[in-house]
Amino acid sequence: MLNYTFHWRPAFNALPDMLWGALVSLQIAVLSMVIGVVLAVFLALGRQSNNKLLYGFSTGWVELARNTPALFQIYMTYFGLGSFGIHLDSYVALLAGIAFNNAGYLAETFRGGLRAIPHTQTRAARSLGMTAPQAFRLIVLPQMFRIVFYPMTNQMVWALLMTSLGVTVGLNTDLTGVTQDLNVRTFRTFEFFAIAALIYYLLAKLITLSSRLFAWRLFRY
Amino acid sequence: MIELKDVRKSFGSLEVLKGVSLTVQKGEVLSVIGGSGSGKSTMLMCINGLEPIQGGQILVDGTDVHARSTDLNKLRQKIGIVFQQWNAFPHLTVLDNVMLAPRKVLGKSKKEAEEIAVKQLTHVGLGEKLKVYPSKLSGGQQQRMAIARALAMSPDYMLFDEVTSALDPQLVGEVLDTLKMLSEEGMTMILVTHEIRFARDVSDRVAFFHKGLIHEIGAPDQVIGNPQRPETIDFLKSVL
Repeated sequence: MLNYTFHWRPAFNALPDMLWGALVSLQIAVLSMVIGVVLAVFLALGRQSNNKLLYGFSTGWVELARNTPALFQIYMTYFGLGSFGIHLDSYVALLAGIAFNNAGYLAETFRGGLRAIPHTQTRAARSLGMTAPQAFRLIVLPQMFRIVFYPMTNQMVWALLMTSLGVTVGLNTDLTGVTQDLNVRTFRTFEFFAIAALIYYLLAKLITLSSRLFAWRLFRY
Repeated sequence: MIELKDVRKSFGSLEVLKGVSLTVQKGEVLSVIGGSGSGKSTMLMCINGLEPIQGGQILVDGTDVHARSTDLNKLRQKIGIVFQQWNAFPHLTVLDNVMLAPRKVLGKSKKEAEEIAVKQLTHVGLGEKLKVYPSKLSGGQQQRMAIARALAMSPDYMLFDEVTSALDPQLVGEVLDTLKMLSEEGMTMILVTHEIRFARDVSDRVAFFHKGLIHEIGAPDQVIGNPQRPETIDFLKSVL
C-alpha cells in the first residue's frame, strides 16, 4: 500500500517556476482587491440608495456574489460570457470573476462599516461647507476603511486562494496552473502539490502580517 | 444680520418650531435658554440649512437659507456651528481637523491653511497639541478644537449648540472662557445654553424658548433678572 517513493528533487528543481507562478497568483489577488474595493464602495452606496434601480442592481450583485459558488462566478466570466461572443482570456476572466466576488462580499462589509460612523460626522463636515461627496470622501471613507480593515484582509486571503480556480478556465501561469502542468509531466503529484500548498500558506501569512503592519502605520489614532 | 420670520419646523407630526421670529444684528450675542425639547437646538440647525423648514423664512444677510437657488455650501462658509457632541474628526490630527475645510472648501494652499489653523488653535489655547489626535484630548480640549475648526473658516456668525452640556463640570470653564473671549472680540453669536449665569454675563440679549415659541426676549437683566412670563419664572426657578 505504502509503496510510493518520494522524489523531492524534481519538485525542488521546479521551485523557481512555481515561485513565478505564485507571483502571478499574488498579482491577480491584488488587482482583484483593488477593483473589488472600488466597486464595493459604489455597491455599498447603492444598497443605501433610495433610487430603486441602483438599489436593485447592487442588491442583485451582492446576492449573486455571496450565494453562488466562486467557481460558478468564474465559469460565467469565461464560458458564460463566451457563449455571448465575449471572449476573455483566462487571466482576465479569472480576475473579473474574483473581483466580482470580492465586490459582493466587501459591499456588505462596507455597508456595516458605514453604519458604524455616526451621522454627526457628516453633519459636522457639511456644516463647514463641504459638499456631500467631499464629506463622504474626506471624513466618512477614511474612517470606514479602519473599521473594515481586518475583514478586508480576510477577503484578500480568500482572493488569493480563489486564484487557484484559474486552472478550471485554462490558466497555466499561476501557481496552481504551473503546478498542474508539472504534475502532468512528472506525476510527482504529492510533492508538487505539497509545495504549492506550502507556498499558498506562506503567501496568506505574508498578507496577514503585512496588513497588520499597514494598519499599524496607517491608523495612528 | 440673521432674520427668522415666523419659522415653522416639524419632525413628522411633531411641530418643534411653531412660528419663531427673531433678528440678530451684526456683533450681537444672543443667548437662547429654555427646557430640553423646546426647539432651541433645532432652530440653529435650521439657520445653516442642516434641517429644512416647513414654513416661514430664514434670511442670512438677505439670503433665503431654504430657497432652492441658495448655494448652502457657500452660505455655510460664513456660519460656523459648534455642536454639543464636539464631532472631532477622529482620523485627523488636531491641526488637520482645523486645516481641512480651509483647504478643501476655501481652496487655500497648504501653507496658508496651516497658518490659519495654527493661529486659531493657539487662540483657543491648543497651540501645543497640533500633532495630537483628538482621542488624546479631553472633552473640553476637543470642544475648543471644534471652535477653532469653525473659526478657521472666518465665519461672520457663530452658532453654539449647548457646547458645554456634554462636558465634565471641571471642563466647562475653559470652554466658556473661550466663548467669552470671542464675544469680547465682537463675534456675532447665537448661544443655545443651559449656563444661565454665563448667558446673563456675556449676552446682549436673552431669548427664552418654550414649546417651540419665544416667550420672552430682551436684555439679560430683564429676562433672567426680572422675568415676566410664568413659564420663564418656572424655568429659571428649576435651573438656578
